[in-house]
Amino acid sequence: MQAWDADRAQARIQELERLPGALLPILHALQEEFGFIHPEATPLVAHALNISHAEVHGVISFYHDFRHASPGTHVLKICRAESCQSMGCDALIQHIEKRLGVKLGETTPDQSLTVEQVFCLGNCALSPAVMLDGEPYGRVSPSVADFLIDSSRRAQ
Amino acid sequence: MSTAKVATRSVRVYVPCDSAALSVGASGVARAIAKQAVSRGLDVSVVRNGSRGLFWLEPLVEVETPRGRIAYGPVSTEAVGDLFDAGFLDGKPHPLCLGPTEEIPYLKQQERLTFARCGIVDPLSLSDYLANGGYRGLQRALSLTPEEIVAEVTNSGLRGRGGAGFPTGIKWKTVLGAQSDQKYICCNADEGDSGTYADRMIMEGDPFVLIEGMTIAAIAVGATEGYIYCRSEYPHAFRSMQSAIAIARENGYLGANVAGSGKRFDLEVRLGAGAYICGEETSMLESLEGRRGQIRPKPPLPALEGLFGKPTVVNNLITLATVPIILDKGAEYYRDFGMGKSRGTLTIQLAGNIKHGGLVEKAFGITLHDAIYGFGGGTASGRPLRAVQVGGPLGAYFPASFLDTPLDYEAFGARKGMLGHGGIVVFDDTVDLAKQARFAMEFCAIESCGKCTPCRVGSTRGVEVIDRIIANENRTRNLELLDDLCELMTDGSLCALGGLIPLPVMSAIRNFPEDFDKRADFDKPAPAPPGLIDPQNRETHPWR
Repeated sequence: MQAWDADRAQARIQELERLPGALLPILHALQEEFGFIHPEATPLVAHALNISHAEVHGVISFYHDFRHASPGTHVLKICRAESCQSMGCDALIQHIEKRLGVKLGETTPDQSLTVEQVFCLGNCALSPAVMLDGEPYGRVSPSVADFLIDSSRRAQ
Repeated sequence: MSTAKVATRSVRVYVPCDSAALSVGASGVARAIAKQAVSRGLDVSVVRNGSRGLFWLEPLVEVETPRGRIAYGPVSTEAVGDLFDAGFLDGKPHPLCLGPTEEIPYLKQQERLTFARCGIVDPLSLSDYLANGGYRGLQRALSLTPEEIVAEVTNSGLRGRGGAGFPTGIKWKTVLGAQSDQKYICCNADEGDSGTYADRMIMEGDPFVLIEGMTIAAIAVGATEGYIYCRSEYPHAFRSMQSAIAIARENGYLGANVAGSGKRFDLEVRLGAGAYICGEETSMLESLEGRRGQIRPKPPLPALEGLFGKPTVVNNLITLATVPIILDKGAEYYRDFGMGKSRGTLTIQLAGNIKHGGLVEKAFGITLHDAIYGFGGGTASGRPLRAVQVGGPLGAYFPASFLDTPLDYEAFGARKGMLGHGGIVVFDDTVDLAKQARFAMEFCAIESCGKCTPCRVGSTRGVEVIDRIIANENRTRNLELLDDLCELMTDGSLCALGGLIPLPVMSAIRNFPEDFDKRADFDKPAPAPPGLIDPQNRETHPWR
């Protein structure tokens, strides 16, 4: 992840703008680059695709994936769907929230970790499941969660 | 053991790269095996296969021996040295040895048609794919007329595996009959239902079968472009699909001249962005076109006016991945499996509080009981089973007394349930059905696309009414109100999200009325959360 750079954003937009239905691929590319969709990206994207700012904003706000603010260095997604509920994900979430002092959807004050809810990671035979920086983890007990949190924060 | 003797042959060792296997440390095990082999001077080639779907045994390591593949699992990094010492490269005994993989009862009792290759081949090896029956379906399709291909699919009895169960052949026939300069094949791989992972397993374990299925569909209906809409929660599956498409293109299986037929078909995989509603076909099309994933009223059917307004086949991933074997072996072969109007096999996904969670591909007709106890071994926590949710968040909650229901579209419908994508989530006796009913409405409120009022507003009102029932405020009146609201959502919603969310809500009330009584303890966490116990009683967890 790097700091906002309009030229870099423009370059990423230009790589993709000719795809049919290019908006989602462009937004994914921008989020991959900067960690979130910077407000200044909206007019660039709207201009490239010849659509209104409102349309771009509407799409950004519709999808849960697209962030409006910079996330922490690491992102921990915790599954809250039924399969993980049946294996105690509510208690796991309580444990993680208490330990980090933040709620789902928030970032720790030191900006090291963002915790997000997700509905199903497709690892339902090994619930409760989480995903840390895009890597899946199954059968996550509180001690496993502590290990993941500690090692990711150490590694930054 | 004479190292010099062993070193003369290269031993193939399989360690899955499936996300579920990775989630319990498969990559660490693969590295440890490679490292041990080097330090012992042994010639070992580690193949990263898909998963066999026996997830409680992951990481499941297989060794190729003259007796066939021998399985060991669950293997931890620490156990690798011990396995080498015991001679696992020759398939020798060890406490983790499970014997020949194909003889493991869980696998042996299945009828793997769609998943015939998953877990066996290197997912990105086209030569593996071809050596294991790959592209035989396409080859046969190329010798048939489009009408004959569609007839073959119709005669097989294949129905949409995404949940709606619409006959695939009829959908294809509509697209074939539509006149247009451009047609599309869209694969719905937005597998958002909790308890399901079959789509992901195919994308990670046998991606070419999906490419082949989509190619056959394209040739059948006259489409030249295809899209796979993969959910963003599946980053590994997305990358695997991207790589497989590139390989297929390089080898002439996609592009201007598919397998030398002179026919054109190309394919792209697109990433969703975390919206459950995009698993609804018209929302998915909107999303692919670069808009908010709001559903479109039907008609027009996507088969006539689909992606970019053109005739489009929209099928679930498992449906498309089943097409190659139907074309290869013939409609009758496939139709001979199953019961009633549910022909062929169902990819059952055992999930939640279950001891032996995993993929069970079996002819339609096996009962819930046989799936959960025969294959699944009962609950992971060892506590009594109390509820089962089949078909994802829009599926009904069944009590233990319904376990005699056969897995069949019509049998589930008769009990006001839904088979859906075949995911079975098991709950033990700590489950609170009032909480589950509330969650169903909450989920609908979070994921509603907002297009229609019954779903957008009804779901939020539903959460509030259930909260009042739980708090015992005018309980009887509020239960009536909830019943009325559910009826309105069922009848008035534009799509299956608002239309089916009353299923889990009302089934919870109908089948578990005792949970909707006065409950002062509602805000407390569930007693003895079973997820925090290790179902396998394993001493070590890879991440501990």
